[in-house]
Amino acid sequence: MEIALTSTLSEKAQIVSVNATRIDAAMAIQFKEDMRTETQSGEGRIILDLSTVDFIDSSGLGAIVAAMKQLGSDRKLDLAGLTPTVDKVFRLTRMDTVFNLFATLDEALEVAAK
Amino acid sequence: MIGTAQESTTIRRTDMRIRKSTKFEATNISAREAICSMIARLEDNGLPREKSGAVEIALSEAINNVVEHAYSDDPHGTVHAVTELTAKYLTIEIRDTGRPYPDLQLPAGKPADLERPVSDLPEGGFGWFLIRELTDYLSYQRNKGENILILRFDLSMPGKARLP
Repeated sequence: MEIALTSTLSEKAQIVSVNATRIDAAMAIQFKEDMRTETQSGEGRIILDLSTVDFIDSSGLGAIVAAMKQLGSDRKLDLAGLTPTVDKVFRLTRMDTVFNLFATLDEALEVAAK
Repeated sequence: MIGTAQESTTIRRTDMRIRKSTKFEATNISAREAICSMIARLEDNGLPREKSGAVEIALSEAINNVVEHAYSDDPHGTVHAVTELTAKYLTIEIRDTGRPYPDLQLPAGKPADLERPVSDLPEGGFGWFLIRELTDYLSYQRNKGENILILRFDLSMPGKARLP
Protein backbone atom coordinates (compact mmCIF):
# COMPACT_ATOMS: atom_id res chain seq x y z
CA MET A 1 0.00 0.00 0.00
CA GLU A 2 1.12 3.52 -0.73
CA ILE A 3 2.82 5.32 2.14
CA ALA A 4 0.41 7.80 3.66
CA LEU A 5 2.90 10.19 5.18
CA THR A 6 5.90 12.32 4.21
CA SER A 7 8.32 13.63 6.78
CA THR A 8 10.59 16.66 6.58
CA LEU A 9 12.92 18.05 9.20
CA SER A 10 13.08 21.72 9.98
CA GLU A 11 15.37 23.25 12.55
CA LYS A 12 12.85 23.09 15.32
CA ALA A 13 10.49 20.28 14.44
CA GLN A 14 9.79 17.22 12.38
CA ILE A 15 6.96 18.07 10.00
CA VAL A 16 4.78 15.14 8.95
CA SER A 17 2.40 15.76 6.06
CA VAL A 18 -0.41 13.47 4.96
CA ASN A 19 -0.62 12.18 1.38
CA ALA A 20 -4.35 11.61 1.58
CA THR A 21 -7.56 13.61 1.76
CA ARG A 22 -9.25 11.36 4.33
CA ILE A 23 -8.19 9.74 7.58
CA ASP A 24 -11.16 7.42 7.95
CA ALA A 25 -11.90 3.86 9.01
CA ALA A 26 -10.32 2.55 5.78
CA MET A 27 -7.12 4.50 6.48
CA ALA A 28 -6.77 4.54 10.27
CA ILE A 29 -4.60 1.46 10.77
CA GLN A 30 -2.20 2.39 7.98
CA PHE A 31 -2.00 5.94 9.30
CA LYS A 32 -1.10 4.73 12.78
CA GLU A 33 1.55 2.32 11.45
CA ASP A 34 3.04 4.95 9.13
CA MET A 35 3.17 7.44 12.01
CA ARG A 36 5.08 4.87 14.02
CA THR A 37 7.55 4.41 11.15
CA GLU A 38 8.00 8.17 10.69
CA THR A 39 8.40 9.01 14.37
CA GLN A 40 10.20 6.04 15.92
CA SER A 41 13.60 7.63 15.39
CA GLY A 42 14.31 11.30 15.93
CA GLU A 43 13.49 13.54 18.80
CA GLY A 44 11.67 16.69 19.80
CA ARG A 45 8.53 18.21 18.49
CA ILE A 46 6.42 16.77 15.68
CA ILE A 47 3.97 18.89 13.72
CA LEU A 48 1.35 16.88 11.84
CA ASP A 49 0.25 19.01 8.90
CA LEU A 50 -3.40 18.13 8.20
CA SER A 51 -4.01 20.77 5.52
CA THR A 52 -4.55 18.13 2.82
CA VAL A 53 -7.11 16.27 4.92
CA ASP A 54 -10.75 17.23 4.19
CA PHE A 55 -12.32 14.60 6.37
CA ILE A 56 -11.63 12.62 9.50
CA ASP A 57 -13.92 10.24 11.37
CA SER A 58 -13.63 8.83 14.89
CA SER A 59 -11.35 6.01 13.65
CA GLY A 60 -8.98 8.60 12.23
CA LEU A 61 -9.19 10.65 15.40
CA GLY A 62 -8.38 7.50 17.39
CA ALA A 63 -5.40 6.86 15.11
CA ILE A 64 -4.01 10.35 15.80
CA VAL A 65 -4.45 9.79 19.55
CA ALA A 66 -2.71 6.42 19.18
CA ALA A 67 0.11 8.08 17.23
CA MET A 68 0.64 10.47 20.13
CA LYS A 69 0.56 7.66 22.70
CA GLN A 70 3.19 5.64 20.86
CA LEU A 71 5.69 8.54 20.93
CA GLY A 72 8.60 8.61 23.31
CA SER A 73 7.99 10.69 26.41
CA ASP A 74 10.42 13.37 25.18
CA ARG A 75 8.36 14.01 22.04
CA LYS A 76 5.30 16.17 21.52
CA LEU A 77 2.71 16.04 18.73
CA ASP A 78 1.08 19.29 17.58
CA LEU A 79 -1.50 19.57 14.80
CA ALA A 80 -1.60 22.20 12.08
CA GLY A 81 -3.75 23.19 9.11
CA LEU A 82 -7.06 21.74 10.25
CA THR A 83 -9.76 22.08 7.58
CA PRO A 84 -13.30 22.92 8.77
CA THR A 85 -14.65 19.37 9.12
CA VAL A 86 -11.47 18.08 10.78
CA ASP A 87 -11.52 21.03 13.18
CA LYS A 88 -15.17 20.28 13.99
CA VAL A 89 -14.37 16.68 14.99
CA PHE A 90 -11.56 17.82 17.30
CA ARG A 91 -13.70 20.50 18.94
CA LEU A 92 -16.83 18.37 19.38
CA THR A 93 -14.88 15.55 21.03
CA ARG A 94 -12.90 18.08 23.12
CA MET A 95 -9.67 16.69 21.68
CA ASP A 96 -8.77 20.34 21.10
CA THR A 97 -7.97 20.33 24.83
CA VAL A 98 -5.50 17.45 24.41
CA PHE A 99 -3.60 18.69 21.34
CA ASN A 100 -2.26 22.11 20.42
CA LEU A 101 -4.07 23.08 17.22
CA PHE A 102 -2.66 25.64 14.80
CA ALA A 103 -4.56 27.10 11.86
CA THR A 104 -1.54 26.78 9.57
CA LEU A 105 1.83 25.09 9.48
CA ASP A 106 3.50 28.53 9.47
CA GLU A 107 1.71 29.42 12.69
CA ALA A 108 2.84 26.19 14.29
CA LEU A 109 6.42 26.87 13.20
CA GLU A 110 6.34 30.43 14.52
CA VAL A 111 5.51 29.14 17.95
CA ALA A 112 8.41 26.71 17.70
CA ALA A 113 10.77 29.57 16.90
CA LYS A 114 9.93 31.38 20.13
CA MET B 1 -40.66 9.25 6.43
CA ILE B 2 -38.67 6.97 4.24
CA GLY B 3 -40.45 3.86 3.08
CA THR B 4 -39.29 0.81 1.24
CA ALA B 5 -36.15 0.50 -0.82
CA GLN B 6 -35.94 2.12 -4.23
CA GLU B 7 -33.80 1.05 -7.11
CA SER B 8 -30.47 2.77 -7.02
CA THR B 9 -30.13 5.84 -9.28
CA THR B 10 -33.88 6.56 -8.99
CA ILE B 11 -34.53 10.23 -8.41
CA ARG B 12 -38.04 11.38 -7.59
CA ARG B 13 -38.72 15.06 -7.59
CA THR B 14 -41.95 15.78 -5.78
CA ASP B 15 -42.10 19.18 -4.24
CA MET B 16 -38.30 19.36 -4.03
CA ARG B 17 -38.00 15.96 -2.46
CA ILE B 18 -34.94 14.21 -3.80
CA ARG B 19 -34.57 10.59 -2.86
CA LYS B 20 -31.59 8.40 -3.57
CA SER B 21 -30.83 4.84 -2.68
CA THR B 22 -27.44 3.14 -2.46
CA LYS B 23 -26.42 -0.41 -1.62
CA PHE B 24 -22.87 -1.41 -0.84
CA GLU B 25 -20.80 -4.14 0.74
CA ALA B 26 -20.02 -3.68 4.42
CA THR B 27 -16.28 -3.08 4.09
CA ASN B 28 -14.37 0.05 5.04
CA ILE B 29 -13.34 0.70 1.44
CA SER B 30 -16.84 0.29 -0.03
CA ALA B 31 -18.24 2.38 2.82
CA ARG B 32 -15.79 5.18 2.00
CA GLU B 33 -16.78 5.16 -1.67
CA ALA B 34 -20.48 5.14 -0.82
CA ILE B 35 -20.16 7.95 1.75
CA CYS B 36 -18.16 10.14 -0.67
CA SER B 37 -20.62 9.64 -3.50
CA MET B 38 -23.66 10.21 -1.24
CA ILE B 39 -22.21 13.48 0.07
CA ALA B 40 -21.20 14.65 -3.42
CA ARG B 41 -24.72 13.93 -4.72
CA LEU B 42 -26.37 15.65 -1.76
CA GLU B 43 -24.23 18.74 -2.35
CA ASP B 44 -25.13 18.64 -6.08
CA ASN B 45 -28.78 18.46 -5.05
CA GLY B 46 -28.54 21.48 -2.81
CA LEU B 47 -27.31 20.37 0.63
CA PRO B 48 -25.54 23.53 1.86
CA ARG B 49 -21.77 23.10 2.05
CA GLU B 50 -21.64 24.43 5.58
CA LYS B 51 -23.86 21.53 6.64
CA SER B 52 -22.37 18.76 4.56
CA GLY B 53 -19.37 18.35 6.87
CA ALA B 54 -21.59 17.62 9.85
CA VAL B 55 -23.72 15.25 7.77
CA GLU B 56 -20.63 13.43 6.50
CA ILE B 57 -19.31 12.93 10.04
CA ALA B 58 -22.60 11.54 11.40
CA LEU B 59 -23.22 9.38 8.31
CA SER B 60 -19.69 7.95 8.46
CA GLU B 61 -19.98 7.11 12.15
CA ALA B 62 -23.33 5.38 11.61
CA ILE B 63 -22.04 3.34 8.67
CA ASN B 64 -18.73 2.51 10.40
CA ASN B 65 -20.77 1.08 13.27
CA VAL B 66 -22.62 -1.20 10.87
CA VAL B 67 -19.35 -2.39 9.28
CA GLU B 68 -17.50 -2.85 12.56
CA HIS B 69 -20.23 -4.04 14.93
CA ALA B 70 -23.41 -5.25 13.19
CA TYR B 71 -21.42 -7.13 10.54
CA SER B 72 -18.27 -7.86 12.53
CA ASP B 73 -18.74 -11.61 11.85
CA ASP B 74 -19.97 -11.23 8.30
CA PRO B 75 -17.57 -10.05 5.60
CA HIS B 76 -20.31 -10.13 2.96
CA GLY B 77 -22.96 -8.02 4.62
CA THR B 78 -24.85 -5.42 2.64
CA VAL B 79 -25.65 -1.89 3.77
CA HIS B 80 -28.58 -0.06 2.26
CA ALA B 81 -28.72 3.70 2.62
CA VAL B 82 -31.52 5.98 1.46
CA THR B 83 -31.22 9.75 1.54
CA GLU B 84 -34.19 12.07 1.25
CA LEU B 85 -33.51 15.76 0.83
CA THR B 86 -36.12 18.51 1.06
CA ALA B 87 -35.70 22.23 1.59
CA LYS B 88 -36.20 21.72 5.33
CA TYR B 89 -34.75 18.33 6.16
CA LEU B 90 -32.22 15.75 5.18
CA THR B 91 -33.25 12.29 6.31
CA ILE B 92 -30.89 9.32 5.99
CA GLU B 93 -32.08 5.77 6.56
CA ILE B 94 -29.47 3.05 7.00
CA ARG B 95 -30.53 -0.59 6.88
CA ASP B 96 -28.52 -3.73 7.52
CA THR B 97 -29.23 -7.34 8.44
CA GLY B 98 -26.37 -7.66 10.94
CA ARG B 99 -26.54 -7.98 14.69
CA PRO B 100 -29.00 -5.73 16.52
CA TYR B 101 -27.87 -3.14 19.04
CA PRO B 102 -27.70 -4.60 22.58
CA ASP B 103 -31.14 -4.42 24.25
CA LEU B 104 -32.37 -2.84 20.99
CA GLN B 105 -31.15 0.50 22.31
CA LEU B 106 -28.82 2.97 20.68
CA PRO B 107 -25.70 3.68 22.75
CA ALA B 108 -25.87 6.73 25.01
CA GLY B 109 -22.86 8.34 23.34
CA LYS B 110 -21.38 9.99 26.40
CA PRO B 111 -18.46 12.38 25.89
CA ALA B 112 -15.08 10.72 26.25
CA ASP B 113 -13.21 11.17 29.52
CA LEU B 114 -10.09 13.14 28.64
CA GLU B 115 -9.06 14.01 32.20
CA ARG B 116 -6.47 11.29 32.38
CA PRO B 117 -2.81 10.70 31.53
CA VAL B 118 -1.89 10.62 27.85
CA SER B 119 -1.17 6.89 28.04
CA ASP B 120 -4.82 6.28 29.08
CA LEU B 121 -6.52 8.54 26.54
CA PRO B 122 -9.32 6.82 24.62
CA GLU B 123 -8.68 5.85 20.98
CA GLY B 124 -12.32 5.10 20.23
CA GLY B 125 -15.83 5.37 21.53
CA PHE B 126 -16.45 8.80 20.02
CA GLY B 127 -18.87 7.64 17.32
CA TRP B 128 -22.23 7.77 19.07
CA PHE B 129 -21.35 10.97 20.84
CA LEU B 130 -20.68 12.59 17.44
CA ILE B 131 -23.87 11.17 15.92
CA ARG B 132 -25.98 12.48 18.80
CA GLU B 133 -24.28 15.88 18.70
CA LEU B 134 -24.74 16.33 14.97
CA THR B 135 -28.24 15.00 14.29
CA ASP B 136 -31.55 16.66 15.14
CA TYR B 137 -33.55 13.44 15.27
CA LEU B 138 -32.63 9.77 15.59
CA SER B 139 -34.60 6.56 15.56
CA TYR B 140 -33.72 2.89 15.64
CA GLN B 141 -35.90 -0.12 14.99
CA ARG B 142 -35.26 -3.82 14.60
CA ASN B 143 -37.76 -5.26 12.17
CA LYS B 144 -37.75 -8.76 10.62
CA GLY B 145 -34.04 -9.23 11.14
CA GLU B 146 -33.18 -5.79 9.88
CA ASN B 147 -31.66 -2.82 11.71
CA ILE B 148 -33.26 0.43 10.59
CA LEU B 149 -31.50 3.57 11.74
CA ILE B 150 -32.80 6.99 10.79
CA LEU B 151 -30.74 10.17 11.08
CA ARG B 152 -32.38 13.51 10.41
CA PHE B 153 -30.82 16.93 10.00
CA ASP B 154 -32.83 20.12 10.20
CA LEU B 155 -31.74 22.35 7.33
CA SER B 156 -34.11 25.27 7.90
CA MET B 157 -32.91 26.30 11.36
CA PRO B 158 -29.38 27.01 12.54
CA GLY B 159 -29.79 23.51 14.01
CA LYS B 160 -27.01 21.18 14.93
CA ALA B 161 -25.83 20.36 11.42
CA ARG B 162 -23.77 23.49 11.10
CA LEU B 163 -20.16 24.45 11.37
CA PRO B 164 -19.27 26.79 14.23
